[in-house]
Amino acid sequence: MTTAVIDRIPIETEENYLNASYGVKSWLLTKDHKRIGILYLLAITVMFFVGGFFATMMRLELLTPQGDLMTSDTYNKFFTMHGIIMIFFFLIPSIPAVLGNFILPIMIGAKDLAFPKLNLLSWYIYMIGAIGGTYVVIAGGVDTGWTFYTPFSTQYSNTHVIATTLSAFITGFSSILTGLNFIVTIHRMRAPGLTWFRLPLFVWSMYATSVIMILATPVLAITLVLLIVERALRVGIFDPALGGDPLLYQHLFWFYSHPAVYIMVLPAMGVVSELVAAFSRKRIFGYKFVAFASLAIAFLGFLVWGHHMLVAGISVYSAMIFSILSFLVAIPSAIKVFNWTATLYKGSVSYDTPMLYALGFIGLFTIGGLTGLFLAALGLDVHVHDTYFIVAHFHYIMVGGAVMAYFGGIHYWWPKISGRMYPEWWGRLSALLVFVGFNLTFFPQFILGYLGMPRRYHAYVPEFQVLNVMSTAGASILAIGYAVPAIYMIWSLKYGKIAGNNPWGAAGLEWTTTSPPPAHNFDETPIVTWDAYEYRPPEEAAVVTVV
Amino acid sequence: MFNDFPLFPDAASSIANDIDAFYFFMVGVCGLLALVVVCLIFFFALKYRRRHPDEIPSGEEPPQWVEVVWIVVPFFILMGMFFWGAWLYFQVSRPPDDALDIYVTAKQWMWKFQHVGGQSEINALHVPVGRPVRLIMASEDVIHSFFVPAFRVHTDVLPNRYSFNWFEATKVGKHHLFCSEYCGTEHSGMIGSVFVMEPADYEVWLSGGAQGSPADEGKKLFEKLACDSCHATSSTGRGPSLVGLFGQIRPIQGGSAVKADENYLRESILNPQAKIADGYQPIMPTFRGQVNEEQLMRLIAYIKSLGARTQQGSTQPVSSGGNQIPGSPATTTGNGRELPTQSGSNVTQPSPTSTNSPIPAQDTP
Repeated sequence: MTTAVIDRIPIETEENYLNASYGVKSWLLTKDHKRIGILYLLAITVMFFVGGFFATMMRLELLTPQGDLMTSDTYNKFFTMHGIIMIFFFLIPSIPAVLGNFILPIMIGAKDLAFPKLNLLSWYIYMIGAIGGTYVVIAGGVDTGWTFYTPFSTQYSNTHVIATTLSAFITGFSSILTGLNFIVTIHRMRAPGLTWFRLPLFVWSMYATSVIMILATPVLAITLVLLIVERALRVGIFDPALGGDPLLYQHLFWFYSHPAVYIMVLPAMGVVSELVAAFSRKRIFGYKFVAFASLAIAFLGFLVWGHHMLVAGISVYSAMIFSILSFLVAIPSAIKVFNWTATLYKGSVSYDTPMLYALGFIGLFTIGGLTGLFLAALGLDVHVHDTYFIVAHFHYIMVGGAVMAYFGGIHYWWPKISGRMYPEWWGRLSALLVFVGFNLTFFPQFILGYLGMPRRYHAYVPEFQVLNVMSTAGASILAIGYAVPAIYMIWSLKYGKIAGNNPWGAAGLEWTTTSPPPAHNFDETPIVTWDAYEYRPPEEAAVVTVV
Repeated sequence: MFNDFPLFPDAASSIANDIDAFYFFMVGVCGLLALVVVCLIFFFALKYRRRHPDEIPSGEEPPQWVEVVWIVVPFFILMGMFFWGAWLYFQVSRPPDDALDIYVTAKQWMWKFQHVGGQSEINALHVPVGRPVRLIMASEDVIHSFFVPAFRVHTDVLPNRYSFNWFEATKVGKHHLFCSEYCGTEHSGMIGSVFVMEPADYEVWLSGGAQGSPADEGKKLFEKLACDSCHATSSTGRGPSLVGLFGQIRPIQGGSAVKADENYLRESILNPQAKIADGYQPIMPTFRGQVNEEQLMRLIAYIKSLGARTQQGSTQPVSSGGNQIPGSPATTTGNGRELPTQSGSNVTQPSPTSTNSPIPAQDTP
């Protein structure tokens, strides 16, 4: 085993959070943050595959220029539901509600989150929203695009707009409760000696995420309520025919939905910080820069929403302000990328599956971030706005970024969650498939976008076909890459190797307790006397001082 | 499908090459940055790979000043990108004064173009090469977006508000026109073509199919709606005279002033109480519901024709040589909305370069 200083001697116990009690009721009424994390994991996995189904159908339709596989209305519903399900019901809860729920209290040496009942409530609220979303899918769908732009959504669409927006509205409350819970927990429940600058960077990024969840989600809630009021009661708010302003809707919607991008990607950055440190056995280079970069992103992220509206009719000068702020938000993101890279320097880099996902994340996020600059640049946005260029860009951020990190995090903490190892060879294969499939799917879309193929097109002009065929081919590889882990993870629950407390030789409090952890995480409250990611040669370990 | 496989769009407007130059700069700089990061990752990951399972690295780090380098250097690169992009945006946003005005009405799921000479067309737009064209656009229903990739122009078309766009075509030929803001069922069918013609061909094309200029039609409508009973040509009416109004800065009640542009005229017709000309009573009724988008455009074209101070050359109606048939305005139907065969089915349109049959057919849809 490793000689890392944090390799505490665990107290062997047979009892863990999984076998502490049995029965459906013990799960559905649990207040254990770990079990709630598992409940979230199950729910969002279902939603991920539902959203993936819609993506698959879209890619199949786009194999040919003609709209021949399904009608335009069906296609419009599929891309709408793909977006809504993936964003509201998968990406936003993914890392915070699954990995954050499970691992954050253990990371800070707490027995649970500050408000365990609120945590359970947040899952039930999420489920009500998710069931509402599923109802919409079954009842015939919705065709507004995930952005619900007015006046199309309030006046012209004949689909289930109110049920959908109501579901998103409800789900928002689960975000708010999760964020609230995390903030209080991080402030109040850190183990003795665990000062702010000893926190793992995952905790910093979850903190920044929680701030956004609490401040931005209510704006979305208000916006959706206004939309429902206009659609149901014909009160003029956004619809010009009723005296409203459609741009007001866009301002309000993006005031949430741009920060929502950071709700998705900040936790991913936190996970990647953990993975890079653990698999190069080094402290993250520039720890404080990375920590404050998370807060800077959270802050600046509130001020850039207008870059979604650069061709929508805002004034030249406000466009300039939003453009320059959008360029500035790239700086903290760049800081992170450079610091992760520098962490590898003179490290001890292993190529375990989570690290492959993390390195893949850095590459894809870099491309996603840099292409974001194209969109922030005013003169260029005029051309590529609402084309496949932006589709490719945000998939590089959300799928190449957030989903890669989520998969990396699941693999990394799987031994802690389940007590067993996933099959490493299959893990590496899936990481490779996802990386190759992803790039083949989305890189051609940058070229398509500059060529001028608009997004949300059911049929397209024939000269775009070759690139679309490449994209669809990539998507089928990507689909296999996502299906394989689902199979071997389930397999590993029964047949995987017993993991032990710390299979990676990683630093961090979560690796000092048993796998799976006991219901209260630690048999004794840990006292922290070391910095985050404290990997030291044995001869230096004794130097660590107690504060 | 492999015969026609472009990787880069046609550049057919005066701004296109500037935007492409900026794009290549961005690709170069960003590509270089990405390459540096990826190479460093590969280099470090291979060089410092774990040699045995219990290995603990020395903990040696790069010097701290590199943090400053990779904050300050990207900052200046980003600001350079910002200024270049903003400079282009200014050009894209400011049409030249001598631009030719064309009125655009978007609705689910078609584009309708109205030329100042009276020609109108659907899903097809004929413009002369080498002359700036300004589009005055409004939507009759949801938000659409006017996008011609070859021109690198892109502007949302909003209901109840005019948005503007301009381009100067530099290459004769046919170019795609797309709606790029999702607008419902047939969004991907809301496409058309822009035909860029030699000026001589364009003049010939203009000479056919004119049905009374928008200004002339607007004048009829102006009289029909009895606008002239208040807005007389002399300044003695209950409302202000509209002669020479367009483009002026007009004082309004409350002490401020407003420029009498298209959006102001539009608002004053639909919502007269919003801004009341100084010295007049707020007695004008709204015409919301009585005039549709196209009629609004005609009224505004008429008001503009009463004297324009800033738009010389662009607002004077081109003399219409066509016969004037009362009733429905004739339209030249462009390519149909079916996909993707539309590119070949454009039988009623003259070839943009042809001088043999430049007169648009006059079939009313």
